[in-house]
Amino acid sequence: MHDVNDSFDINLEEVSKVEGAASLEIKVRNRKIIDLKFYISEWKRFYTQALQGKPVVAAPQLVARICGTCSNAHLLCSIKTIENAFDIIPSNQTKVLRKLLYYGLIIRDHGLHLYIFSLPDLYGKNSILDFDENDPKEKELLEDTFSVKEVGNQLSIVVGGRSVHAPMPTIGGFLKLPDLSNLKNLLPKLKEIRPKILKLIKIFAEALFRLEAKTKLNFSGLISHDFSFLEGKLENSQGETMLHDELSSYLEEVIIPYSHARGFQLNGNLMMVGALARLNLAKENLNAKTKIAAAKYLGSFPSNNIFHNNLAQAIEMLHAVDASIDLINSLVSITDEKPQKIVPKKSVGVGTIEAPRGTLFHKYEIDEQGTITTAEIIVPTGQNHVLMEKVIFEQTEKLLLENAGKEKIIFEAERLVRAFDPCMSCASHFLKVKWR
Amino acid sequence: MNSKLKVGWFSFSCCEDSTIIFTELLNTHYLEWKKKFEFVHAKVLKKSPDIIPEMDIAFVEGAITSDQQEKKLKKIREKAKIIVAIGACAVIGSPSNQRNFFNREQAEEIKAILEKFKFKEKVLKLSDIVKVDEVVPGCPMNEEVFLRIVNKYLNK
Repeated sequence: MHDVNDSFDINLEEVSKVEGAASLEIKVRNRKIIDLKFYISEWKRFYTQALQGKPVVAAPQLVARICGTCSNAHLLCSIKTIENAFDIIPSNQTKVLRKLLYYGLIIRDHGLHLYIFSLPDLYGKNSILDFDENDPKEKELLEDTFSVKEVGNQLSIVVGGRSVHAPMPTIGGFLKLPDLSNLKNLLPKLKEIRPKILKLIKIFAEALFRLEAKTKLNFSGLISHDFSFLEGKLENSQGETMLHDELSSYLEEVIIPYSHARGFQLNGNLMMVGALARLNLAKENLNAKTKIAAAKYLGSFPSNNIFHNNLAQAIEMLHAVDASIDLINSLVSITDEKPQKIVPKKSVGVGTIEAPRGTLFHKYEIDEQGTITTAEIIVPTGQNHVLMEKVIFEQTEKLLLENAGKEKIIFEAERLVRAFDPCMSCASHFLKVKWR
Repeated sequence: MNSKLKVGWFSFSCCEDSTIIFTELLNTHYLEWKKKFEFVHAKVLKKSPDIIPEMDIAFVEGAITSDQQEKKLKKIREKAKIIVAIGACAVIGSPSNQRNFFNREQAEEIKAILEKFKFKEKVLKLSDIVKVDEVVPGCPMNEEVFLRIVNKYLNK
């Protein structure tokens, strides 16, 4: 006789508290996994096709619409791609402002993931809104959630005009420059959230969740000297440094037939990108104040524990605050610079940055008139796709040996998926590109 | 006794930018909304039931690109007293409906995918399928219009 607890099907249509739609199907027979599929279930919106025939100047604001939460990552990656194609070198002021816009994104996007998506798991709650206002500790975390996110939100609004699909950054500069006094007014607010983020770091450092993949992982990321996400060289934990940042020739594509997204591997190995990869590869490049304040926790890296991605994100939030404070302090005036002129030419532009969730790559082929003829985009969640399914499998196998029931397996799988902070809105919109 | 408004938040095909604006609006409104709203289905905030519950208001962002989505939207319509279409994709279909306007060459490139995953022939806005009671246009949604509609139903 089969015990119902030994044979069951899991059909999780939508993983909760993640960005976009992902699904999980597991078939268990006699406590053995006979089939497991983790896949992106977002329906494609075909952005790479839609870029074909569009004037290149329209690209940044269009591709921002690939993803709501990391829209400003796509925006800045697209701008970088086009500037590279047309040999436009942004001014120092533009670089500083883009970094500030980006740190605002890191604070609010990692904040969304850690406070709204992940923190409830640590406190056995379904939602951050279920935190008890009569419990001083929970009340404090509830307040932290929204006050920390709000400072990141405000930083992006002051610099970019809006925290989602920022209208001001453009090719060669800014359409409208921020007001210096508004930036300076953010200094006390940034300082105010610093201890709150330190508290968050401590919480995730003390969390006992642990999962290491059985096979060795190749961590990969774009490494910059000042941990600014927007520039640098591709490096991986096998010790390779790439001379150019053309991700499409660096990665190997893996087709996952049941998923709306494609996966990738690196040198035949399972790969991982994102905050954990960045800290594993370049923790010494963090802001000096962050390194002092988080010294005790930085000892955990390099780490193979997937759940340390949460801790790594919390440390990056502190870095974003400290680096922003330094940059704003260093600004004595905002020079009234107009965006640089674009002179279209036939070319291929490549742009790589670190999105909050890992390496993001845009490549556009542009004709003499400045029209895009072919486009390719590779997003972080695609690069983590294969690993995500693999570690869910390994975790489920372990739980079955420990006699865990169906509900426990679902709960643990969702928590593990969440640790990757996947972004399905990003992952599903690209088809394999045939370069002509 | 529970006099809270039962609220749902749903996302179809889109970039979920309005979900992000909504979670950023929570920064300054969570205390009030926590008291007055019961989020009965909001995947961004909590693990939500498989079966769509009865709702006073359903906020729905995104465009409809598959039959499964259409079925779910109709279910939401059955269960919600008020449907508010959130953001450009829900209200006018764009930009998620960009494949509707592809030229022959572009259409040819995506054809195999559309067939394999059984996409709808065209991407639709919400009002092509169900009655929509209120709209919040914008990409991302216009915050002021959203707050005006929220306050209208909060104070009813």
